[in-house]
Amino acid sequence: MNPASVLIADELGAEKVFDLLRLMLRIRRFEEKAAELYGETKIRGFLHLYIGEEAVAAGLIPYLRPEDAIVATYREHGHALVRGIPAGAIMAEMYGKQEGCSRGHGGSMHLYDAARRFYGGNAIVGGGQPIALGLALADKMQGRPNVTVCFFGEGAVAEGEFHESMNLASLWSLPVLFCCENNLYAMGTHILRSHAQTDLCLRVRSYDMEAESVDGMDVLAVAEASERLIRAVREEGRPRFVEFRTYRFRPHSMFDPDLYRDKKEIEGWKRKDPVPALIEEMRSRGWLDDARLATLEAEVAREIAEATAFAEAGTWEPVENLLQDVYAHRP
Amino acid sequence: MPTAPDMRRTTYREALRAGLHEALKRDPRVFLMGEDVGKYGGTYAVSRGFLEEFGPERIRDTPLSESAFVGAGIGAALGGMRPIVEVMTVNFSLLALDQILNGAATLRHMSGGQFTVPLVIRMATGAGRQLAAQHSHSLEGWYAHIPGIRVLAPATLEDARGMLWSALQEPDPVIIFEHAVLYNLEGELPEDAGAVPLDRAAVRREGKDLSLIAYGGTLPKALQAAERLAAEGVAAEVLDLRSLRPLDEAAILATVGKTHRAVIVDEGWRSGSLAAEISARIMEGAFYSLDAPVQRVCSEEVPIPYARHLEEAAIPQVEDILAAAGKVLGRDA
Ligand SMILES: Cc1ncc(C[n+]2csc(CCOP(=O)(O)OP(=O)(O)O)c2C)c(N)n1
Repeated sequence: MNPASVLIADELGAEKVFDLLRLMLRIRRFEEKAAELYGETKIRGFLHLYIGEEAVAAGLIPYLRPEDAIVATYREHGHALVRGIPAGAIMAEMYGKQEGCSRGHGGSMHLYDAARRFYGGNAIVGGGQPIALGLALADKMQGRPNVTVCFFGEGAVAEGEFHESMNLASLWSLPVLFCCENNLYAMGTHILRSHAQTDLCLRVRSYDMEAESVDGMDVLAVAEASERLIRAVREEGRPRFVEFRTYRFRPHSMFDPDLYRDKKEIEGWKRKDPVPALIEEMRSRGWLDDARLATLEAEVAREIAEATAFAEAGTWEPVENLLQDVYAHRP
Repeated sequence: MPTAPDMRRTTYREALRAGLHEALKRDPRVFLMGEDVGKYGGTYAVSRGFLEEFGPERIRDTPLSESAFVGAGIGAALGGMRPIVEVMTVNFSLLALDQILNGAATLRHMSGGQFTVPLVIRMATGAGRQLAAQHSHSLEGWYAHIPGIRVLAPATLEDARGMLWSALQEPDPVIIFEHAVLYNLEGELPEDAGAVPLDRAAVRREGKDLSLIAYGGTLPKALQAAERLAAEGVAAEVLDLRSLRPLDEAAILATVGKTHRAVIVDEGWRSGSLAAEISARIMEGAFYSLDAPVQRVCSEEVPIPYARHLEEAAIPQVEDILAAAGKVLGRDA
């Protein structure tokens, strides 16, 4: 743990830090199960795992209020879980069952929950950013002190929609926190091979927007920055940009043979795995012992087993409903 | 006597790959660019190994900037190159639609014929892999609406192998749609397979009782339906459109003139579909030779859902084709 994070842990205290661990473990174990179920062909289509990047969603989303909004990408299981969408509803969605949070119409890439203001899974890279602007604009115009958080990868920073959105958010002073989860790769393309200027904050500052980089493998650093930045966006009513430096341990999707990066590089990043790092820090403080960790693991395992059972027991939407919900009123 | 060329077992993916390889070998002006065409090996593994063989100048990985790299393809074509731009799927091509419609398709006409844009754009299209509503649509018909471009839909190994080279000889922009479920299609191809003509539809199966008119991903389904009909003693002719713009109207009218009954199979949504256009042309040009109203088998008017049973219900299936065939044959009211 770096010294700054040690201080953050002091400040947060044992229970808050334990909560962060629980969130990360829930995502990790949920996704491990999802990968297994994909192997069993229970889950189909694209499945993009967040494993390795859990510290970002786990460290940020708890600092949002229920009235705040979230826009995420196709790599959003973790965000959905932390936001409070029940694991069963997410799993059922991935099974394609009508008990899923999008009634089986979206699958892994399109998780939605209106009540939780989770505008979830956009699978068009860069496509979520203009939507985040609009959500924030609506809040602003109606005098609601809400923040919209928009997650995306560094790959999206190359899209025109990203730059259009940065400009407009700044010009119109929209309360959006833009969270770039920089995991270095857009599918197989490394940031050095796709960005002329890899200092993303520098580029964002040219839109007259405050920007900073945070170690996304350190959940304590993420938590500290998130609390502060969400508060700043809310108080100032201006957008901010944060780059979380992170890494995905798994291939881009289950279709990806992962031929473009060195196994040694992956191993190197795994040594920064946010989950064991936090466990170690907690142990050294006497905040966690074997028994408590085992209890937590058991609790998470139970949640996931229940979610899987819920998805298994789920039902297929009748084909007669196929044309429902294309329009509010069927023409 | 010339001996028949050796046949080789291959796949649609390999055939595309062979076509690309040949183009890169034969013409130094040809280069490939798009997201993950190089180091990743191509989203559908069509260009795996090319980066090593041809180098990063000619196998160019691009950032996620569809509008920018499609536009760059237009510029490179104007500048004398023969770019092949790969867009991952038709849904993402919408980010480049401005470049394609307002740029590539119009430059020649708008400039009073001064400019030529010999650009080839390849993209995957279609449903069938449970990728839900942002990765599964079949928008070939939209592109076929646009004057100024040519639109191709290779549905056989021969066309996967040969259309690219022919497209590169065209002075105008060509969009090649590769239906995602076809990549693993297997079959035989002559060792010396090469360029194919572009503008002609092809009769893939002869028949006298009705015509099944299909393209791209619906061709294998139409052929299966024809096989099932044959078992019942009905001889269906299967016409593969191959080129969606221009349409081979003569071939369409010829098959309808022969069988007097037509079913059009199109994975696009029915309203405003390519199937609607074909149906109109049959009405205009072969009305009096029809023995039954033309039938269309299209996708349901719904964003393609994720769940397998719903996805299957949303897109044309063999059973739907058989039901439509039953109607034009007057088997049920
Ligand atoms: C407009 C668009 N282009 C291409 C794709 C295909 N695609 C899906 S994810 C991805 C990589 C995105 O990388 P990044 O934004 O860094 O996010 P990450 O996947 O690393 O989380 C690509 C190329 C897409 N979904 N949308």
